[in-house]
Amino acid sequence: MISAAHTLPSPRLAVLGAGRVGATLARVAAEAGLEVSIAASGDPAAIALIAQVLAPGAEPRWAADAVRDADVVVLAIPLHRFPAFDPGLVAGKIVVDAMNYWPPIDGVQEMFDDDRYGSSEIVARRLAGSTVVKAFNHIGYHELESERLPPGAPDRRSLGVAGDDPMAVASVSAIVERIGYDVVAMDSLRAGRAFEPGGPVFGAALSRDEFALAVRQAAAA
Amino acid sequence: MNTTPDLAVPDPQFPIVLGLDTFGDVTRDEHGQLLSHAQAIRNLVEQGVQAEAVGLDFFGIGEHHTPDIPLSAADVVLSAIAARTERIRLGSAVTVLSSDDPVRVFQRYSTLNAVSNGRAEVILGRGSSVDSFPLFGYDLQDYEELFDEKTNLFAELLKGGPVTWHGNTRAALVDQDVVPHLESGPFPAWIGVGGSPQSVIRAARYGFSLMLAIIGGSPQRFAPFSQLFGQALQQLSQPARPVGIHSPGHVAHTDEQAFEEFWPHYLAMIRQVSKTRGFRTPTKESFTREIGPDGALYVGSPETVAQKIAANMTTLGATRFDLKYGMGGLSHDKLMSNIELFGTKVAPRVRELLG
Repeated sequence: MISAAHTLPSPRLAVLGAGRVGATLARVAAEAGLEVSIAASGDPAAIALIAQVLAPGAEPRWAADAVRDADVVVLAIPLHRFPAFDPGLVAGKIVVDAMNYWPPIDGVQEMFDDDRYGSSEIVARRLAGSTVVKAFNHIGYHELESERLPPGAPDRRSLGVAGDDPMAVASVSAIVERIGYDVVAMDSLRAGRAFEPGGPVFGAALSRDEFALAVRQAAAA
Repeated sequence: MNTTPDLAVPDPQFPIVLGLDTFGDVTRDEHGQLLSHAQAIRNLVEQGVQAEAVGLDFFGIGEHHTPDIPLSAADVVLSAIAARTERIRLGSAVTVLSSDDPVRVFQRYSTLNAVSNGRAEVILGRGSSVDSFPLFGYDLQDYEELFDEKTNLFAELLKGGPVTWHGNTRAALVDQDVVPHLESGPFPAWIGVGGSPQSVIRAARYGFSLMLAIIGGSPQRFAPFSQLFGQALQQLSQPARPVGIHSPGHVAHTDEQAFEEFWPHYLAMIRQVSKTRGFRTPTKESFTREIGPDGALYVGSPETVAQKIAANMTTLGATRFDLKYGMGGLSHDKLMSNIELFGTKVAPRVRELLG
């Protein structure tokens, strides 16, 4: 099988958020050879040192500049900041939602306190001009770095990628593969609820088959 | 940089500090019955006294507000330990500053500093529990602003002298004299960081030392944080400051004994926590990884634990290590034995290994 990562041109990535998750994602993406920029809410000078030390190779930029030049935007801000996030900033882009709604850790949030929808479905509804894909939310930021393995390695860990748009899912899957993980793709954001905290794959190190089985069993239960 | 980038060399200007932190979990008696909060707190005083008796440098108590960890007023317990000791440094590990008033925290620890003849310290942070936020009427979603403003105010208070400060999270202070005054300059103050790069920068900016709280996964991955701290201090024209490590563990006479004593209680604790937080329940396999060279837990014989401490202090450029000992269910006797082994066997061996 030929991996999609080798057939598509290298996508340009903008990571929004320079905290634990954002800095780690920027680092592993840059190490995978992607063109990566990283932005926080303000002046890139404020995160220059963080980028230089924690994500060498990722360019700190203003968010608007980073997004404009990117093929894929990763949203790695604290979820409680999301209600104030400007949807216009990422309109027309593929947006990876790496955030989690996790009330015991971060408190209850009105916008997300609705168990009929997954958090990424609520994010997608608000980012109506963007194509939202759920990924990277169910692996710890430190594991994201330490558990990378080359394609074909035995025990290679699998990450989930879920979205309503097959092309966007394919683009994000290629990035996940390239960073160092197998992919289990799901064909809707709704199905991506299986990746949420308390779900069958959250925080679990699973192979592709184990991951797919866990998600199927949870759906059947 | 001309050294290996992954290796942050410990700064020789800071002495090696080896200490113990505890959350003061309620323990059980010989019949398996939970002790009362009052008895658990009296036992904790004995543990602090024991820590000095076996030669350790620091004893810290973490703030919690739950029935299984009733240490909501650590400074009062530390004061009792201070009255029965002479040399050991005493501090919080951590103080949840975001949901407290920096003026009160300063007053309480400046008082402890007076009582103890200058042995008080604080580690400021959120800790891994969030119970204090609803208890004191704070919104967890304001966590960042609360912590940023309050560490800024605390840094001002530590300078001594009248304080003028304005912010959104507490009443302004204008030329306010806050007592008791410091006798001989600021007491040591650290910021506990669990992985947030902004917290590292904040510690550097406000003049705090850096305590890396490593409670899971590979300790080596924190090396970039030590580097970030050092470079931020330089860029902000701040003097060099020490880096410490806080990690959980348990020492017994042999690796097997430590494993058998610690594992069931660790499993029960994570099981309990995972009900509310969605953590994964550990397996014997994942636990074995955590207590191995690439994991965050220090569980084993004195030699095993000392080797791991020395290796990680070197990798992370740390001059301080606090073992977070104790775990709900471990008896007072086992904790006293852990303290004795840590003081008499582990600490001297770590110093020897670090040369």
